[in-house]
Amino acid sequence: MILVVAEHDNKALKPSTLNTITAAQQLGNSIVVLVAGRHCEKVAEQCANIAGVTRVMLADADCYAHQLPENLADLIVKLAEGFTYILAPATTFGKNFLPRTAALLNVAQISEVMAIIAPDTFVRPIYAGNALTTVQLNDPIKLLTIRTTAFAPAAITEQTASIEKCAIVEDAGLSSFISQDLTQSARPELTAAKVVVSGGRGMQNADNFKMLEELADCLHAAIGASRAAVDAGFVPNDYQVGQTGKVVAPQLYIAIGISGAIQHIAGMKDSKIIVAINKDADAPIFQVADYGLVGDLFEIVPALIVELRKIKH
Amino acid sequence: MKIVVTAKRVIDFNVKIRVKADQSGVETTNVKMSMNPFDEIAVEAAVRLKEQGIAKEIIVVSMGTTAVQETLRTALALGADRAIHIQTETELQPLAVAKLLQALVQQEKPDLVLMGKQAIDDDCNQTGQMLAGLLHWSQGTFASKLIVENERVLVTREIDGGLETIALKLPAVITTDLRLNQPRYASLPNIMKAKQKPLQVMTPEQLAVDITPHWTTLKVTTPPARKTGIKVNSVAELMEKLNQAGVLA
Repeated sequence: MILVVAEHDNKALKPSTLNTITAAQQLGNSIVVLVAGRHCEKVAEQCANIAGVTRVMLADADCYAHQLPENLADLIVKLAEGFTYILAPATTFGKNFLPRTAALLNVAQISEVMAIIAPDTFVRPIYAGNALTTVQLNDPIKLLTIRTTAFAPAAITEQTASIEKCAIVEDAGLSSFISQDLTQSARPELTAAKVVVSGGRGMQNADNFKMLEELADCLHAAIGASRAAVDAGFVPNDYQVGQTGKVVAPQLYIAIGISGAIQHIAGMKDSKIIVAINKDADAPIFQVADYGLVGDLFEIVPALIVELRKIKH
Repeated sequence: MKIVVTAKRVIDFNVKIRVKADQSGVETTNVKMSMNPFDEIAVEAAVRLKEQGIAKEIIVVSMGTTAVQETLRTALALGADRAIHIQTETELQPLAVAKLLQALVQQEKPDLVLMGKQAIDDDCNQTGQMLAGLLHWSQGTFASKLIVENERVLVTREIDGGLETIALKLPAVITTDLRLNQPRYASLPNIMKAKQKPLQVMTPEQLAVDITPHWTTLKVTTPPARKTGIKVNSVAELMEKLNQAGVLA
């Protein structure tokens, strides 16, 4: 039996759960989804319709409202008996509680699984994806976080799995939620976006990033940046794509005025199509780009915006 | 307040790593090594708490061969008061590291453990959470802001969609993200002074911790290389290529 811990905001299921369920399908056919939250029945109903899900467990209580890791880990430990796998998406949600759960169960956890070779053998990236390691896990219960970009989303079907309420473990009382400040943007989130437009030192200043916003709007893209652009103060740190920033793998990645330091390439080289726009024809970014355009970005980007707007109309 | 902070020795983030021909791992001989950048941020956070008068003592911990003592000296030069080296030749997996830290915490009784959110070599992002679990302490992962108030710490966390602020009851484990601070450089006088600061060596056996690996690495490989792309000459040509690739839909 496989337990998948659903990621959600109490109102709707996050797509990362669908990718995680696809990974679960490769491991076996008895998939149970745990929905822990507060007033999250809707999420449980959504989970019941996912292909391959045999049962949904609903833990609905105040202490799960913000999915604090201390409470989530205690709950999962209580439910763990009988499961051979426990899976969560390798997002900031899954990374927060699954290692804690593993320690409480005295087992290891494998992070960012990108391929399942055998029931106990997994491939995961190390060195920000500059190397891949194949590991064989010896624990009787296997805890894995799943790299969402490596597995297609599971289908939503007409089937309805049963939903059952599960026992609640009391609040550990170790931490409490204060506030949340989610980026209010019509743009998709950087690590989940289908298209990412990134700027580097070549953007010259913070003001010029407005041009990238226009480009991103045309493509329904998220905006990223190189470490150089972040260090120069053009954009905040959470824009940073790279080994020490965010790792992205969109369908289309457009690198603008980015030279292509190793540290940046490590964070975006798994993108399906990479476009590089840079005035230096010898910039290393062109070595990983599918399509490179050498020239002045201040001429190319506006021209690109004009062309993209034509398609929209 | 007493703080334990971790400092892992890893291949420097600027080095282009090479996978060994026999697929047994990544080449580390004659490669520049440095402190894990996320741990540097953790050390800086600890030093700032001391400068603010909140922390009284900072103990820095590293594990591995004698070479990690160099990393410990760096942390001492940055402002840690004393260092502990847990000496072992065995490859340590996150659960083993967490158990070793648990044993040290039980000896040292700190109020706060600060660690990088992950090491940039194995990219596990597990040890802080595991340690917090083993100790039954609160945890604040991916911290971009810390405010210590009496018996609690307010931690702002970087989550996928933005920021989240939580309050942790002390003692706590906090793992650091990039935005928390900009680490300082060690000054030459401080590098000299660091040589005199105490550095204690222990072994996993002395701490009575089982460090048996839970997984076996079967092979380490280079990811498939991207096929060489092409240069396009105009925006129009780029648009045509992107249309063909079906990424503008």
